[in-house]
Amino acid sequence: MTPDKILVLLGGAGAIAFIVWFFWLVRKEGVRAALTSSGYQEAMILVKGGYTPDVIRAEAGKPLRLKFRREETAGCSDTVLFPDFGKSAQLPSGEVVSVELMPQARGEYGFQCQMGMLRGKLIVE
Amino acid sequence: MACASCALQVETVLRHTPGVVQASVNPALNDAVVLYNSAVTSEAAVRAAIRQAGYRVAGDDGSSGDAPASAPERVSDEEREYRTLMRKWWFGAAVGIFTMIFSYPWLLPVLRDWLPRGSEQLRYLWMGMGVLSFAVLAYSGSQFFTGMWASLRSRQANMHTLIAFGTGVAWIYSTIAVLFPQIFPEEGMTEVYYDVTVVVTALVVLGLAMEIRAKGRTSEAIKKLIGLQAKTARVLREGRELDMPVEEVLVGDVVVVRPGEKIPVDGVVLSGSSAVDESMITGESLPVEKREGDEVIGATINKTGAFQFRAAKVGSDTALANIIRMVQDAQATKVPIQRVVDVVSSYFTPAVMILAIVGFVIWYLFGPAPALTYALVVAVTTLIIACPCALGMATPMSLTTGIGLGAQHGILIRGGEALQKAKELNTIVLDKTGTITHGKPALTDVLVTGSFAGDEVLMLAAAVEESSEHPLAQAIVEGAEARGLRLSEAAEFQAIPGHGVEGRVGGRTVLLGNVKLMRDRGIDVAGLETPARGLADDGKTPMYVAVDGRAAGIIAVADTIKPDSTEAIVRLKKMGIQVVMITGDNERTAKALARAVGVDRVLAEVLPQDKAHEVQRLQLEGRVVGMVGDGINDAPALAQSDVGFAIGTGTDVAIEASDITLIKGSLRGVVTAIQISRATMRNVYQNLVGAFIYNTIGIPIALGLLYPIVGILLSPILAAAAMSFSSVTVIGNANRLKRFRPSVSAA
Repeated sequence: MTPDKILVLLGGAGAIAFIVWFFWLVRKEGVRAALTSSGYQEAMILVKGGYTPDVIRAEAGKPLRLKFRREETAGCSDTVLFPDFGKSAQLPSGEVVSVELMPQARGEYGFQCQMGMLRGKLIVE
Repeated sequence: MACASCALQVETVLRHTPGVVQASVNPALNDAVVLYNSAVTSEAAVRAAIRQAGYRVAGDDGSSGDAPASAPERVSDEEREYRTLMRKWWFGAAVGIFTMIFSYPWLLPVLRDWLPRGSEQLRYLWMGMGVLSFAVLAYSGSQFFTGMWASLRSRQANMHTLIAFGTGVAWIYSTIAVLFPQIFPEEGMTEVYYDVTVVVTALVVLGLAMEIRAKGRTSEAIKKLIGLQAKTARVLREGRELDMPVEEVLVGDVVVVRPGEKIPVDGVVLSGSSAVDESMITGESLPVEKREGDEVIGATINKTGAFQFRAAKVGSDTALANIIRMVQDAQATKVPIQRVVDVVSSYFTPAVMILAIVGFVIWYLFGPAPALTYALVVAVTTLIIACPCALGMATPMSLTTGIGLGAQHGILIRGGEALQKAKELNTIVLDKTGTITHGKPALTDVLVTGSFAGDEVLMLAAAVEESSEHPLAQAIVEGAEARGLRLSEAAEFQAIPGHGVEGRVGGRTVLLGNVKLMRDRGIDVAGLETPARGLADDGKTPMYVAVDGRAAGIIAVADTIKPDSTEAIVRLKKMGIQVVMITGDNERTAKALARAVGVDRVLAEVLPQDKAHEVQRLQLEGRVVGMVGDGINDAPALAQSDVGFAIGTGTDVAIEASDITLIKGSLRGVVTAIQISRATMRNVYQNLVGAFIYNTIGIPIALGLLYPIVGILLSPILAAAAMSFSSVTVIGNANRLKRFRPSVSAA
């Protein structure tokens, strides 16, 4: 095996290891929704190529208000879905749209765009 | 709105607007709460004031900020995005043709002489192409790179990541090859792939543009619903008729509707009468008669007469707004199978990247010369052909179309789970009263004795009953009117509680009631008792009529079968579904009715509270049971069943209790709902299987699996075309659902 082939082999193995680690092995901390004086837990989410932050932590049994602000016109992100809550919201670009949820049980609930290309996670504790 | 000072500015402008009492602006939420005196100013004037201050008001196109109404704005968002994408496509395509030609000038006779392979002038031309294709990446392909960046930051990967990597790698390799050809050992490696960069970007952008168009058609049903909303209303205020935007109608307002006009909000008719076309809400094609006290639904169209009604529900409380919201939310739900797909797609994109690397390494190590070129082409093609979008879109697109389709036929489907279950139903339980039958008594029989004529007896009885408030009385009056009888005025009307009524009509004494009343008055009804018992056995309520002290006949009323029940039951049976009737009636009456409508299994003498238990017993037989009921009394049974169908009428939409709500109170809706479910689920499976097969065939071909066998290696450009085509196909297939026509529908 020539040196360049060994290099490619090692490089490839390294890249695969990096991908596995980067996408699958790292646990995301996420952002905790802040409790407001009105009793709501609130978090802002920027929609631009993805959801930022994409992991929201919230407490069970307290109403949660997620404020989405979409700063792009790409067609995919124009609707956000919460399949576990049966809720959806249209996100016109440049506007803040609130989605109110009542997380009852602990667990992880996904939210996503209509095609499932952008994904986020709601962790209820 | 950027900052607190802007908020302050808007507040100041608002406070100086005549009629505004109080104004507060929240810059974080971009909203303003304005308290104003509606006698002095209006919402439109407040909006105008904000605009004058130099700010845009959300929903200025006649919509409010509510979720259902914000859709018109979204339409323009879509349009803007489509135009941008098309501009990007044309730029990419123009540069693409140029790069396609000059990447392989030796293939064209004229250029072969000017730009020979390996010549200095060709290298300079390629450098120029490098700059141009960078412009394509930066402009046409910008969303892939920003999308990749955003997704990588949250440690995710999606289609953007794949396309950006694919085109980026091709561009970087080409640029290195042009600038530093000496580092490559073989001359064959110094070819450039700017054409791949440009054409792939252009094709995927074109695919996105086509997706937007196709997606727009998918959600057409919702847009149609939103388009139904009336824009203006004519309201009586302080004795004057005022035309105003529908948003400004308040609960309690008296609204005037003329023939041909749209009814703006939900309410109750105060005066006047008309026929109203409710087809857009209920799917019922025949106009519905409206009289004083009847409910009218916003967005329906007044046909013949003029009337006034009191607004009962406005804004986001109207039946239409509820329907829109429900349809929108239903689209957010998942078909159970989607959960599997979700798991697959969360691993899909990184897995494709790994496969591309594996492909690269294998081709580099074992592939034919020039190995680097082949390895690169394989890796780039793999990245580009993989289409996570087709998988992700497969269910939502079909769901959106299917649920929208239901809404157009007056069927509200709660979500994906209801659709899936409805497809699997093999037993339908029908509540008799109000479902198979009208749920309200109607005149069925008039029997006479002696010299009396049928119409005569009916006319006399109805004239007396017109003064009564008993529900059975109304059935007799309506029955007489239906036969075109003119009712004369009754005098000396008297109700005898628990027995019947009496009165004088045109000088004749009329007595109407049960056998006890007749005996008390000494009237001989011996000849009528046998037919009366026969009527009672059929589930009817017979009433004796005596005129001037002599027995005249029997009038029977009963709950009657809805005209379309029989047809719907026949349809259900043809679809392979067993139809079961559940009722509190005695066995004989129930069986008689069951025979009349063709129901093959009867559960008679079931108390209301035991209905849920009976449904459960059927489920224990291994059946998938759909329960059809009125949503209020039958709520426990609806909840127990696998799919609960609530039959509602008009604005009284019992959405909460059921999986599927039939706005129009006809059993045909059950048939249509099941047909729509079957069609939608079939569509979902087609899409999923299609997307799955596409990826499982496309990726191995891109990896070069066919090369050792038949010597075929896929070009990245073909891969880009295939991937764009696959996602458009998924949406196209979902749109095919719209061609569905129910086999039974009045519409």
